[in-house]
Amino acid sequence: MILWIIAALVGMGALAWGFRFAGQAATGNAPKFRDMPYGVAYGYVLGAVVLLWLIWAYMQGRSSDPAIANKFFFLRIAIEGFIIFAIAAWLFRLLGRAVGTAWSRKMFRSMPLTASFGILTILIYAILAIFAPAFAPYGQEQIIPGVAANIVPGGDVALGGNPDFPLGTDQIGRDIMSRLIYGAQNTVGIAFATTLLAFLLGGTFGFLAATLGGWLDQILSRLVDVLMAIPSLIFALLLMTIASVWAPQLGIPLTVFMVVIIAVIDSTRVFRLARAVGQNIVVMDYIEAAKLRGEGLGYLVFKEILPNATAPLLAEFGLRFCFVFLTIAALSFLGVGIQPPLADWGTMVRDLGGFVNYAQFAPLAATAPLLAAGAIALLTVAVNFVVDWMLHKSSGLKE
Amino acid sequence: MTDETPLVKIHGIKLEGRSDEAWNPIINGVDLTLARGEVLGLIGESGAGKSTLGLAAMGYTRDGVRISDGTVEFDGIDLLTASAATKRDLLGKRIAYVAQSAAASFNPAHKLMDQHVEGPVQHGVNDRGSSEEDGIELYRKLRLPNPDEIGFRYPHQVSGGQLQRAMTAMAMSCRPDLIIFDEPTTALDVTTQIEVLASIRDIVEQYNTAAIYITHDLAVVAQMADRIKVLLKGDEVETADTRTMLSAPTQEYTKSLWAVRSFERPKKPAVSAGAVPVVSVQNVDAAYGKVPVLFDVSFDMHSGRTVAVVGESGSGKSTTARCITGLLPPTTGQITLDGEVLPADYRKRSKDQLRQVQMIYQMADTALNPRMSIGQIIARPVQFYLGLTGAAKRKRVDALLEQIELEPSEYYNRLPSELSGGQKQRIGIARALAAEPKFIICDEVTSALDQLVAEGILRLLARLQDDLSLSYMFITHDLATVRAIADEVVVMKDGRVIEQGDKEEMFRPPHHAYTDLLLSSVPEMDPDWLTNLLAERGVDNIGDAAVDKM
Repeated sequence: MILWIIAALVGMGALAWGFRFAGQAATGNAPKFRDMPYGVAYGYVLGAVVLLWLIWAYMQGRSSDPAIANKFFFLRIAIEGFIIFAIAAWLFRLLGRAVGTAWSRKMFRSMPLTASFGILTILIYAILAIFAPAFAPYGQEQIIPGVAANIVPGGDVALGGNPDFPLGTDQIGRDIMSRLIYGAQNTVGIAFATTLLAFLLGGTFGFLAATLGGWLDQILSRLVDVLMAIPSLIFALLLMTIASVWAPQLGIPLTVFMVVIIAVIDSTRVFRLARAVGQNIVVMDYIEAAKLRGEGLGYLVFKEILPNATAPLLAEFGLRFCFVFLTIAALSFLGVGIQPPLADWGTMVRDLGGFVNYAQFAPLAATAPLLAAGAIALLTVAVNFVVDWMLHKSSGLKE
Repeated sequence: MTDETPLVKIHGIKLEGRSDEAWNPIINGVDLTLARGEVLGLIGESGAGKSTLGLAAMGYTRDGVRISDGTVEFDGIDLLTASAATKRDLLGKRIAYVAQSAAASFNPAHKLMDQHVEGPVQHGVNDRGSSEEDGIELYRKLRLPNPDEIGFRYPHQVSGGQLQRAMTAMAMSCRPDLIIFDEPTTALDVTTQIEVLASIRDIVEQYNTAAIYITHDLAVVAQMADRIKVLLKGDEVETADTRTMLSAPTQEYTKSLWAVRSFERPKKPAVSAGAVPVVSVQNVDAAYGKVPVLFDVSFDMHSGRTVAVVGESGSGKSTTARCITGLLPPTTGQITLDGEVLPADYRKRSKDQLRQVQMIYQMADTALNPRMSIGQIIARPVQFYLGLTGAAKRKRVDALLEQIELEPSEYYNRLPSELSGGQKQRIGIARALAAEPKFIICDEVTSALDQLVAEGILRLLARLQDDLSLSYMFITHDLATVRAIADEVVVMKDGRVIEQGDKEEMFRPPHHAYTDLLLSSVPEMDPDWLTNLLAERGVDNIGDAAVDKM
C-alpha cells in the first residue's frame, strides 16, 4: 500500500514535469509556463488526479450494485449537494444582479459565489425558522398515531421508508422534517438572541473600557481574563447544571438561564475585540477634537466610535453566532440545553446517533442523525462565507 | 560618464491602475532615458505617477497596476518580457530600491547587518564575511556613527536618518548600476535631511551609480539631480538639465511650481504696548508621567497675528499645544485666555472657554471621522456651541463651506474619503471656524500636502485671519512656511524656548547657534547650495555632530 502511494506520487511528479514541458512547447514559451515553479505544476497535476478520482467515485456511487453504491453513498450526496448549491447560488446571484435597487445590484455584481451561497442559505433558514408552523407538516412534539418509529429517510418502502414521511420518523415516531424545521426556530432563534445579548454586554463594556481607560478598564479586563481562563464549554456545563436545579425552584424556564450563561461567557470575547478596536479609534485626532469640543461620553461612543467599529464587529457577530449556535447544540447534545420535547438539532443528533453505525450497509438509515448535523454544518459554513466576504469588503475600504 | 547605450530606456510607457471595476490610466506614455552614472530627478505632486514610473523602471508594478503599453529596457534587456529568473537575477543585484520609510521597510526582527548581507549572499556576489566587511566600509562612507558596530543593532535602536542611510548602504551592497530613491528624506527633519542628502550624493558619485530620485521637494532635487523630469497627472511636462530647468523653465506648470515659495504676507504693525494677549503661555513646565518635557516655556499670542513655533521633532512644539488645549495639564505655570487664567484640565473648562481655542491637525485623514459626511462634521460644532438647528444650521454650514472655497451643494453630503488631501485640510479649518474661536492652533497643517496645495491652504488661512482677526499658533518645522505666514517666531529645542521675536529679526543674523543650524539646513533652489553648505560647515561637522556640539 505504502509502495503504491509512493509510486503514485513519483508518477505524478513525472507527469508534472511533462505537463510544464508540454505547456512550454505548445504555447511557444509563454510567461505562464516559462515562469511556472515546479510546485505549481505539481499542484495542477494533483488537482487533476483528485478530480478524476472524484468522478470515478461518483460513478461508483451511481452503480446499480447496492454493495458498491452504498460505499460511496455519502460522497455521491455530497457531490450532488455541492453542484446543486453552486447552481442555486449562481442563479440567486443572477437574480440579485437583475432585481433590486442600484445599490443592491452593485453589491451582487462584485459578490463571490461563496457569499451568494451563504446569503441564500441564511435566507432559507430565516424563512423556515420564522414561518415554521406553515412549512412543517406536523407539530414538533406530535407523535402521530399509527405511524412506526424509526422510519428510514428517503421514502422508499423497499428500504423501510414511507412516502408520507420523506425524511423519516425518529425513535418515538415523530416526523423528522417537522422537527428539523422547528429546530431551526428553536436553535437558530435562541442562538441569535444569545449572540445579540453577548454583543450588547461585551460591546458596551468594551467601548467603555477603551474610552475611559484607567481603573475601570483594569477591573473589567482582569474580570474578563478570569472568565476566559476557564474552558468555556466546561464552564457552561457547570453553570447549566446548577441552573437546572434553580430553574424549577424560581419558576424561570431553563432556556432563559442558558441564554444568559452563554451570552455572558461569549461576551468576554466580544469585550476584548470591542476594546481593541475602540482603543485604535480613541487615539484618532477626530476623537481628540470631539473631546476638546466638550462632548459627553454618549456622543463619543455612539456617534464617533461605534460607526467606525461596525465592520469588525459585524464580522465578529457572524463568527460568534456560529460559536454560540454550536455551544447550544453541544449543550443540548449533552442534555442540559434546550429541553425535550422542544425540537433541537443537537438533541436530535444525540437521540438518533446510534444509527451512524449502519453507514456501511444501510446508508439511508444512517442519514437520520446526519440530517440535523448537516443542518448545523450548512448554516455554520454559510455564515462563515458571508463573514469572509464582509471582512474582505471592509478591509478593501481602508485602502 | 557617458556610454553609447543608455542604461535605462523607457519608451512610451503606459500604466493603468484598477479601481471601481475599471482600469484607469496612471501614466500616459512617458519616455525616459538614463545614462550610466547619471542622476535623474523625478518631481511632481502626489498622484502624478512618479513612484509608479520609478517602479516601472525596475520592470515592477504594484498590485492592481499593469503596464498596458511601451517598453522598458535595462542595459539592453527587455524587462517586460524577461523571465522571472532573469529579473530575479537583476533586481537587488544590478537594480536596487530605497523606500520612503526606512522604519517600515526594515524587518524589525533582524539586525541591520543580517539584512545588509542578504542581497550579496543570495546573489552570490560575496560570501558573508566579506559582505560584512564591505557593509562596515559602506557605513563608514555614509558617515554613520560607529560604523564597526552599528550594523549589529536592531532597526529600532537607530534613528530615522541613520536608518535611511543604512538602507542606502544596503542598496549599494551589490554595487548596482541603478538605484531608485523613492522620497528618501521626506519623513526626516531638515537637520537630519542634510546628512542623508550629502551621503547619498557622495556615494552615488563615488561608485558611478545611476539613480532615479523621486521627490516632491524642488530644493532637494536641485541638489541631487543632473537632470530633472517634471510629471503632471501621468504626463511629462518637461525634461531639462538641472541648471537650465531652475533658471529657465519653459512650461507654465513648472513655473508655478517654482513660484510657490514666493508667497509672503505684508508686515503687520507692531503690537501696541499693554495690549492683552489672546492667549498667553506663562512659565509652563510639563511632563509625561515622570519625564519632564517642557521647561519654563513662555510666549504671548495677540489678536490678528500669527506666532510660528519651530523646532525639530521632539522639541516640545506639540506638547506646548497640548498644554494650551488642556490635554496635558502643566506641572507648573499657567495659560491665560484674554487675561483670565484657564483651568489646566480641559474637562474643567467651560463650554465657552473650549469654544475659543480650536485646533487644526496635521493629518486631515485622522482628524475627520471617516463615517460622517462633511455636512455632519461641520454642523456638529455649530449645533453644539451656537445651538443652531434645522435651516439656520444648514445656512451656517453653507456659509462656512463658502468661506473655505468649497461649493456647499457639491460637498455637503460627501464623505472625507471622497476628498483630496487639501480639501480635507480645508474641512478641518471649517470645523475649527464653525466654533467661532479667537485662537486656532495649526499643528503642521501643511506638512502632509504638496507645495501648490499647501500654498493654497496658507493663503486661505491668511485671508481668514484678516477677515476674522484670528490669532494663530503655527507649529511647523518648515521654515519656508514660517517665512510665508508668521508675524513672530518662537524657536524651541529640547522643551525650551531658545529664541523668540519678530520674524524679520529672527531671519536676520546674528542668530542663536541652533537657529542658525535650522535656518541653514533648509534646502534652497540653488544647485550649489549643498556643496557650499558642506564646505562652510566642514564635511565632518554636519547634522548630528553639529547638534551635539551645542
